[in-house]
Amino acid sequence: MQVGLFIPCYIDQLYPQVGMATVEILERLQIDIRFCEAQICCGQPMANTGCNDDAAPLARDFLKNFADDQYVVSPSGSCVAMVRHHYDHLLPDNADLPALKSKTFELCEFLTDVVQVEQFDHAFPHQVGLHQSCHGLRELRMGSCSERVEPAFSKVRQLLAKLDGIRFSELRRQDECCGFGGTFAVNEESVSCLMGLDRIADHESAGTEVLTAADMSCLMHLQGLIRRQKKNMKVMHVAEILAGYPAE
Amino acid sequence: MHAIEHAKEAKEFIESRGRATWHDSALWFVRAKRDKAAQSLPEWEILRETASQIKQHTASRLADYLEKFEANATRLGATVHWAATADEHNRIVMEILQKHGAKKVVKSKSMLTEECHLNPDLEAAGIEVVDTDLGERIVQLRQEPPSHIVLPAIHIKKAEVGEVFHQHLGTDAGADDPDYLTEAARQHLREKFCAADAGITGVNFAVAETGEFVVCTNEGNADLGTSLPPVHIACMGIEKLIPRQKDLGVFLRLLARSATGQPITTYSSHFRGPRSGCELHIILVDNGRSSILGREDFRRSLNCIRCGACMNTCPVYRRSGGHSYGTTVPGPIGSILAPARDPGQHHSLPFACSLCGSCTDVCPVKIDLHHQLLTMRGEVKKAGHLPALKRWGMWAMGIVLRRNWLYGFLGSVGRKLLPLIPRPLIYNRMNMWGRQRELPQTPAKSFRQLYRERYGRK
Repeated sequence: MQVGLFIPCYIDQLYPQVGMATVEILERLQIDIRFCEAQICCGQPMANTGCNDDAAPLARDFLKNFADDQYVVSPSGSCVAMVRHHYDHLLPDNADLPALKSKTFELCEFLTDVVQVEQFDHAFPHQVGLHQSCHGLRELRMGSCSERVEPAFSKVRQLLAKLDGIRFSELRRQDECCGFGGTFAVNEESVSCLMGLDRIADHESAGTEVLTAADMSCLMHLQGLIRRQKKNMKVMHVAEILAGYPAE
Repeated sequence: MHAIEHAKEAKEFIESRGRATWHDSALWFVRAKRDKAAQSLPEWEILRETASQIKQHTASRLADYLEKFEANATRLGATVHWAATADEHNRIVMEILQKHGAKKVVKSKSMLTEECHLNPDLEAAGIEVVDTDLGERIVQLRQEPPSHIVLPAIHIKKAEVGEVFHQHLGTDAGADDPDYLTEAARQHLREKFCAADAGITGVNFAVAETGEFVVCTNEGNADLGTSLPPVHIACMGIEKLIPRQKDLGVFLRLLARSATGQPITTYSSHFRGPRSGCELHIILVDNGRSSILGREDFRRSLNCIRCGACMNTCPVYRRSGGHSYGTTVPGPIGSILAPARDPGQHHSLPFACSLCGSCTDVCPVKIDLHHQLLTMRGEVKKAGHLPALKRWGMWAMGIVLRRNWLYGFLGSVGRKLLPLIPRPLIYNRMNMWGRQRELPQTPAKSFRQLYRERYGRK
C-alpha cells in the first residue's frame, strides 16, 4: 500500500510534530510513504473567501502533485473536505478529478476504512475531550451528527477507544463548532472567540485533561484561547495521541 | 443606506450588551427540543428527503402549479392577485382595504409582509395595523423588527416585556410575571380583534390541486383575525406552493418539530374560499423569488418553509442576535436570500458563518445552506463587494502558496523572527487573532525540514 502524504501548509509551518506523528503511524503499519515537496496548500483559504480564481491554480497544483499516488492521506479533515467536495467548482470537467477525490482520505478515516486498524500497542491513560471538527463530521461524515436521525458513530473516537486507559469526556453539546472557520476567526473575532470559549467551558466542566481533534486548525484557535486564559488543559492532535506521543 | 456589517453588530451584541450567552442558551433550548422531537420519528430522514423532492419538483413547474392554484382558489370564491414586487404587494393590500373603507386591520404573523415593509405603508395611509402574534406585538410596540422568524421577540427579556406593556397596555410597573403579561396582551388583542375591519394572514402552505391554503399558529390568532372581519387578505410568497393535499402531511410533521420541537402547531387552519358574505383575497408575491429560481446554485433556498431551525442551530446567530443581520429573515437562510437580492447591501452576511454545516443538517427541507453560503461568497467577490484587504490578501496568499522558495523563505523567516519581536508589537490593535487568543508557538523547523532530515529527499 502506498500513500502520498498531504501535510497542509499551516501544519507544515506551525505544527510539524503532527505531520511527523502521521508519518510514524503510517510507517508502523508498513505503508510506503511519499512526501512530494512541491505541495503547499489545497487552496481552502482563498476558496472560502470567495476568491475562486486564486484558489483554482492551487487545486491544479494539487492534482499534479498527487497524480501518481495510490492514496492521498492528510491529518486534516477540513483540507480533505476541500479536495473531495469543493474542487468540483474549481476544476470543472477535469477528467482526473474523480480519481483524486476517491483516493484522498483524512488520516482517521483512512485508518478505519482502508487500513482497518485493529489495535494500537500503547496506552493513553488520560481523560480525553474529543472536539468533533465540523468538516470532518458534516462534510466527510466521519461520525454521526446531533442534527440527524442516524445510528451514533465516530471514526475518531473508535480509533482512540483502542488505546488502553483512555477515558472520554461527555459533553453537553457534543458537536458544536469551535468558531475557527478560517478567516471567520479574525473577521468575526467576537463571535469566533465566544464560540471557542463556550466549547472550552463545556470541556472543562466535563473534566477534559487532553483536548483533541482531527483538525489542527480548530485546535490552533482553541489552544490560543486556552493559553491566553492560562487554563490547565493540554491540546493534542489526534495523530499525536495515536502515534503514542506522551501528554507530558 | 450603509451596507450591513454583521461583525460590527455582533460585537456590539456580545461585548456592549452582554446578551450573547443568554440568547445562545434560550435558542439552544429550542434546538435541543427539536432534536428530541426529530429523534422520536425513525422516518425523519425520509421525511426530509421527501419534502425536499416535493419542493424541488414544485419549483421545476412553478408556473403551472401557480396557475392551477389560481384556478382552484378562484373556483372556491377567492380573488387571486399577482404582485411582482413588494411595492406592488403593498399597493394591492391598500386598494383592497380602501375599497372596503377599512381603517383597523389585524395581522397574524407573516414574514412576507415584514419583507415587503407593509406596516409602515399602511400606517402612512392612516390605517391602524396590529400584529396579533404575541411576539410580533411585543416588537411592534417597541418599534423594532422581529429578530427571528418564528420567535420574533426572542431577544427580549421578560422584564423588558413588562416595561413595554406598562407603557402601552397599562400593566403594573415592574410586573414581569409571564402569565400576568400574557393575560394583559390577550385582553388588549381581544379588543383589536373585535374592532377589526379586515384581517391579514400569511400562508404556510398553498395546495395547487385544491386551491386551499394552510396557516399554522400556536396562538389561534390567525383564526380570530379572520373569523370576525368581512375581509381576509392572505399574502404568500410564490414558493409556498405544494402540489397535492396529501403532501401537507409531510410538511406539517416537519414544520413544528423543526421550529419548536412540538409535534404539530396548536392550530393548522385550512382556508378554502371566503366565509359566506365575506371576501377572501390571496396575493401571490414574487419579489425576487423567480430570479433566485433561475439561479441553479441558489434555487434550493426556495425550499424554505420558514421553520427557523437553521437560526436556532446556528452558533453565530445564537451569539449575535437576529438584528445583527439587518434583514427580515436573519440567520443562515437569510444570509442567502438577502445577498441574492442585493449583494452590495448584504455582502457581509455570507461571511457571518464558520461553515460548520449544522444548518444544512438541521434543515427539514434539505437546503444545502452552508454550501450556498460558500457559493454566495464567490458571488460577492465577483460582484466586486469583497473588502480590499481580503481581496488583495487572498491574492497575495495565492502567489506565496504557489511558489515553494517564497513560501519556504517566508515561513522560516517568520518562525525565527516571531519569537524575537517584543510582545506589544505583535499583540497590537491590528492583530485581531491576538485580541483574545495567543498565536501558535513557532517551532524551530517546518515539517518538510524534519522529514528531509530523517529521510533525505525522496
